[in-house]
Amino acid sequence: MFGLRHASRHRDAVTQLLPHRTLALLLLTLSAVALPHVLRLPWWISLGFVVCAAWRYLVAVRGLRLPTRGLLLLTTCVAMVGIFLTYGTLLGLDAGVAILTAMLGLKLLELRRRRDTNVTLYLGYFLIVTQLLYVQSLPMFAYMLLLVWAMTTLLISANRPGGGQAPLEHARLAGTMLLQAIPIMLVVFLLFPRLPGPLWSMPDTDRTATSGLSDSMEPGSISDLSLSDAVAFRVEFDDTPPLPRERYWRGPVLPEYDGRQWQQPKESHPVLPVLEPLAGEIRYTVTLEPHNRRWLIALDMPLQMDVSARVNSEYHVSSDQRISNRVRYSAVSARNYRLGAELHDDSLDRYRELPEGSHPRAQALATDWLQQADGAEDLIRIALTHFREQPFHYTLQPPLMPDDPVDEFLFEHRRGFCEHYASAFTVLMRAAGVPARVVTGYQGGEINPSGGYMIVRQSDAHAWSEVFVEGDGWRRVDPTGWVAPERIESGLADALEDPAGLSLLSRREASWGRSLQLRWDAVNAAWDRWVLAYGPELQAQLLQRFGLAGWRDALLLMTGTVIVLLLLVALVLFLPRHRRGPDPAADAWERFCRKLARAGLQRAPHEGPKDYTERVAARRPDLATAVREVANRYVASRYQPPDTESDHLRALQRSVAAFRVDGR
Amino acid sequence: MRFPGIDGRQPLGLKTVLRPKSATPLDRLFIEAESVILGKRHQLRLAVTCLLAGGHLLIEDLPGVGKTTLAHLLARLFGLQFQRVQFTSDLLPADITGASIFERESGTFSFHPGPVFTQLLLADEVNRATPKTQSALLEAMEERQVTVDGRTRPLPVPFFVVATQNPASQLGTFDLPESQLDRFLMRIHLGYPGPEAEHELLRGRDRRSMLADMEPVLDTRSLQELQAQVDAVFVSDALVAYVQALLEHTRSSGEYGVGLSPRAGLALLRAGRAWALLDGRKAVLPEDIQAVLPPVATHRLHITGGSSEDRTAAMERLLTAVPVP
Repeated sequence: MFGLRHASRHRDAVTQLLPHRTLALLLLTLSAVALPHVLRLPWWISLGFVVCAAWRYLVAVRGLRLPTRGLLLLTTCVAMVGIFLTYGTLLGLDAGVAILTAMLGLKLLELRRRRDTNVTLYLGYFLIVTQLLYVQSLPMFAYMLLLVWAMTTLLISANRPGGGQAPLEHARLAGTMLLQAIPIMLVVFLLFPRLPGPLWSMPDTDRTATSGLSDSMEPGSISDLSLSDAVAFRVEFDDTPPLPRERYWRGPVLPEYDGRQWQQPKESHPVLPVLEPLAGEIRYTVTLEPHNRRWLIALDMPLQMDVSARVNSEYHVSSDQRISNRVRYSAVSARNYRLGAELHDDSLDRYRELPEGSHPRAQALATDWLQQADGAEDLIRIALTHFREQPFHYTLQPPLMPDDPVDEFLFEHRRGFCEHYASAFTVLMRAAGVPARVVTGYQGGEINPSGGYMIVRQSDAHAWSEVFVEGDGWRRVDPTGWVAPERIESGLADALEDPAGLSLLSRREASWGRSLQLRWDAVNAAWDRWVLAYGPELQAQLLQRFGLAGWRDALLLMTGTVIVLLLLVALVLFLPRHRRGPDPAADAWERFCRKLARAGLQRAPHEGPKDYTERVAARRPDLATAVREVANRYVASRYQPPDTESDHLRALQRSVAAFRVDGR
Repeated sequence: MRFPGIDGRQPLGLKTVLRPKSATPLDRLFIEAESVILGKRHQLRLAVTCLLAGGHLLIEDLPGVGKTTLAHLLARLFGLQFQRVQFTSDLLPADITGASIFERESGTFSFHPGPVFTQLLLADEVNRATPKTQSALLEAMEERQVTVDGRTRPLPVPFFVVATQNPASQLGTFDLPESQLDRFLMRIHLGYPGPEAEHELLRGRDRRSMLADMEPVLDTRSLQELQAQVDAVFVSDALVAYVQALLEHTRSSGEYGVGLSPRAGLALLRAGRAWALLDGRKAVLPEDIQAVLPPVATHRLHITGGSSEDRTAAMERLLTAVPVP
């Protein structure tokens, strides 16, 4: 008996806290907040979250009891231990998100008072923000905005005693509030001090999957990359973009060879060869997607880049840090250049090294050529002629060459992708005693008509050779271009005999889906450029325009601007207002009048509720009962003394919502 | 409390079902009143509204349309003491208020109260008296007391003045000063009766003897109770906003020489309350304000000149110009 009464009172308290509909919305919204994290979280946390939400719902609907504090405490401890065992720590981003999600789920079982609801919602806001630490794409941002809107709506609903208005009203109010917050959001976005480097170490787990050129090259590494249509980088040119055959984007230079794999040198040679630009300067800006390595990309041959970077003796440009975030830099390149013309042939022995006894047939061929050739240039010509005249094929699916990738390629299969040609050509040159190295990077690029910039995709990844010619320096030689000139002139798809394996975007056929994709890419590029690219450097530039420097000034300016904005709002609020606050009864009455007006029964502005409804009732006797009911409720809620017994406003809103002029 | 079948806003001639047996005193009052003053239901309701609101009434019309009968009728039905003063150009203030007269036997002055010491005073043709005499009456109306020879004497409770007035165009009249016109809560017109009503009037009994036969429906106490109920009628913020909008329109539209004063606003609410009570409601609606606006506001807006039709049209314009918020 006593227990029963207690239980029913408990249920009443819980139901009074939040109406069922608000609670259901709350649980749905919080689940949507946790949803993007699901793939990153241990499965048992996601499951636990769902169980907590379901339990809380059953508490409201079926009168189930909330768990006792002791049980909650125990569950919390178990969750903490579980998280510690999963991540090995309770600190850091992933563990932090896991803790936050677990706590949010458990807090749902603790919703007893209004304060609990508010705490839950604030936790939810925080969990929304953590998404940005993982994904910063435009769709995710839109999703987050939607969630913030929903959360704010719930915050309003939960804090209005007695509910009163429809959830839609709350949503509208929340939307208005968020729109009003935009000026402050912009100020904080622009001025909140942005410190270079991440505040805490970001997890690498998410980044390793990022594709891109690696620091080494072996057969198959680039053809694998060619299957991806992910964007490698985007380029905006100040003037006209270079011709397709000039679009060689220089990436890692690989001089070390072990018989199968080309690699970067362990340490840079101290002497930097002289780069002498000849003609055709090109200025452009690169937005490089993160690839988690250090190399930077530039059009062959870079003269200048406004990013903190180093160049080694192979003219391989690399950043000081791993590129784990999108970087944007402008650069100047020379189309024609002379690199290392002053170098002497003898100082370049390291570019002639081949592993002892490797590729015997290629070595023999090279020795054979050496006898008929007259100098390095002649050797290059002979080698390229060999590639062109023998039945070589350019293909994405070369046969496996497990024993000796160069000899098998050159003398048996003659089928290969760019890395096979570059590798074989470089080996041949080295065997003939000519200094040579492999250069990897990208070749090509597509102008996006929607944005006027160039997209270079992973499928544009390429490899070529650089050969040293005495007196002229390093010269770019692309043997692939001699086998499949279409690859250089118009891209991969045209060069392949069977492009079916390529993805849609790499195929460059005009189609509806493709043009849509390009448009979407332009939107994303703008998002990257105008929002995500705003980092410490751009902020410093902006502050300099205001004559400010350093994050302290930024902080001061931000605080000052926000205070001024809030003071302005306060001023507006204190000014005498002619318009009274929104009257929900009047709103409902307006809706009712609009419904009738659509049926040609317009209310004259000066017509009172009784006169109007009597006129309507006289014109439409079929509506008489309904309109009189609405009028009575309107009069009751707007003109009669407040009635504590019955909620006339609710009744009015219901009858207005149910009112149909057509009778049904 | 409900008064079925009584709705002054309904057009004349509309048949309404009356239930005399179960009727309330107010119902009976209207039934009796309409048997004397024919076809003037709206004006009767306004007059009763004015009385319930505790205001004085000014009836303006040509002679012979029943002004005096109406005043007399009201006094009879409400069971009030009744005095009538015919205002003329030689009427003196003391003729209204009374005077102290030397009594030779006792050798002292004793006060002889004038006709103003009554519950309902009919001031007939008030605009024929001189301004001085008019002032004496208007002062009594405002203060509800009379001061003679330095002694202040309260007037009976309740105290109503029903004044009648000929249109100013008639000869030998002194217009009531505009500042004093708003001592009257309402000014109404009777107008000629409709043909049917006039037919019945001409064929019917003498009005005077009908009045003499008439039994009071209410007494002083029940009238005071009704007045207390008027005070209790609720006025919401939304309604106050409407009244304010009306006042504001008269002040800012430029159509009226002088806008309505706050006192006029109070008068509107007071009359609106009484009108709502007559309609059996406990809260004032915009319709109530609209119903009482013409009699309450015309004489305060100084819409002088022009026929009564012109004034009605001006009120109509005011009402349609201000939307119900």
